[in-house]
Amino acid sequence: MRPGTAKSKATVSTPLSRFDIQKIKADFPILNEKVNGNRLVYLDNAATSQKPRVVINAILEYYRKTNANIHRGLHKLAEDATRAYEATRTHTAAFIGGVESEEIVFTRGTTESINLVAYTWGEENIHEGDEIVITEMEHHANFVPWYVLAKKKKAVIRRIPITVCGHLDLNDIDNIINPRTKLVAVTHMSNVLGTINPVKELAAKAHARKALILADGAQAAPHMPVNVKDLDVDFYVFSSHKMLGPTGVGVLYGRRELLESMPPFNFGGEMIGEVSFDRVTWADIPHKFEGGTPNIADVVAYHAALSYLDEIGMDNIRRHEMELTEYAIEKLSRIEGIEIQGPQDIPNRGGAISFTDKDLHPHDISTFLDSRGIAIRAGHHCAQPLMRVIGKIATARASLYIYNDEADVDTLYNALVEMRRYFGL
Amino acid sequence: MSNSLDDLYREIILDHYRSPRGKQPLEHFDISSDGHNPSCGDEISMEVEMDKERATLKNIHVDCKGCAISTASGSILAELIKGKTLDEARQIAELVKKILKGEEVEVPDSLGDLDALKGVRQFPVRIKCALLAWVTLIEGLKNYENGKDEKAVVSTEDDDEKKK
Repeated sequence: MRPGTAKSKATVSTPLSRFDIQKIKADFPILNEKVNGNRLVYLDNAATSQKPRVVINAILEYYRKTNANIHRGLHKLAEDATRAYEATRTHTAAFIGGVESEEIVFTRGTTESINLVAYTWGEENIHEGDEIVITEMEHHANFVPWYVLAKKKKAVIRRIPITVCGHLDLNDIDNIINPRTKLVAVTHMSNVLGTINPVKELAAKAHARKALILADGAQAAPHMPVNVKDLDVDFYVFSSHKMLGPTGVGVLYGRRELLESMPPFNFGGEMIGEVSFDRVTWADIPHKFEGGTPNIADVVAYHAALSYLDEIGMDNIRRHEMELTEYAIEKLSRIEGIEIQGPQDIPNRGGAISFTDKDLHPHDISTFLDSRGIAIRAGHHCAQPLMRVIGKIATARASLYIYNDEADVDTLYNALVEMRRYFGL
Repeated sequence: MSNSLDDLYREIILDHYRSPRGKQPLEHFDISSDGHNPSCGDEISMEVEMDKERATLKNIHVDCKGCAISTASGSILAELIKGKTLDEARQIAELVKKILKGEEVEVPDSLGDLDALKGVRQFPVRIKCALLAWVTLIEGLKNYENGKDEKAVVSTEDDDEKKK
């Protein structure tokens, strides 16, 4: 479907001008940097987001004033550090719809969160002949752990195909999710196509078959309101660094009774109850899964990122990105030779916009744009199976966030037009 | 900084990219080799027909689905190694590897177009693109000399250091 038609028109009530983009841009010091002599236009947010001053300062402040190891120390700094670390947990639990703090486990990132589930729950619950359902649009992080587990256990991977428009094809879903299904692992939002998947519907299908569902929220949690209770998912995973926070912090949400039933992941300090030479007991959740000294400073700073997002409001962020995505798709589609990959109905997609040029390889596109100060991503986006499905060897991807505006999209548009001239097309 | 962009996409490179040499498929060939670069999806396949009396590379066909750099590099290869002996072809391929690794090497006038690949060195992520055609050739030659009749398959992900 062409963008801009009545059917794909997003219902947007707040005009861009009321979202104070200049004020937001001013909060991100890196956006003042020059890249190759040009103003930085950062459009690689699906890879990682930039950090506002409050997050950068929170890291500095932590090391200047609070640094100590958590949970064990009996001195003021240790208490302050523990309180700050646990405050982020409480905030994270509220951020995804008001779950219990104990249901939030900190990891190194989305990849580790998924591996944690595969190594613990998967190891105990997946057996020969069981089926794990994934989709054709999964990031390698939500495919490879299940692939390896399935190989080891002689289980079967089933996949939900995608339509030509880039949505999940649910025609055969009652056959794909069946009584042998033990787990449905699905991305909430595709990092390549931008598609927002019907996680709630899939959760109902999975639960009807007594299977669990894990949703990969790495791309969704930064860009739209997420309520894991409403979605009715069993596990939800995402990363701090794609939502204004530091790298090295991931989140695993798991329903209490599941986390309690799962064995620990990393054995060592912090995760034990009591240890003697003959007997070891585990700590309660979530500490059972956080063996060793965690990434305290970055977890503490992640709190500042969540507060920043709260202040702007996830509804407002989603609205802003819908409007900007519609603007970008409409504008880029005007360029001869450029083709948008993925759905064009704005309400069912996010701001990761993959595109191809019929004459140019994405690497040449990316190199050219970089020379104009524009950062995008080119390649397979850690989704090689999806690339095969959509019949491309690679795509270029511009992905939007709160500090991007129409001027950024215009800069991209102008550079792409100039690029085609440069290559004599 | 568009100077360095022009240094990467030199006129010679753009010319090879727009009209790649060695496009004509061969009816008979003695060497067949496929290369791909999994990190960006570039794919190349090449066939070589040998002149068995002179032991030279008589005809070459290069088919590249990839970026401007890998396409141009494959085209330069097709042009330069035609009529060369196995040894000469291998030496040229090794010379290209040295150029791309950043070693200071003299490029003889007869191989002038190779000089254009020097601009790639400023773009580390693009070096593999430029290398692909040449490592594909080297594997093909190796198979031929070892008397293997099968098609060589090479990936830029298994370079010498990582080879198991």
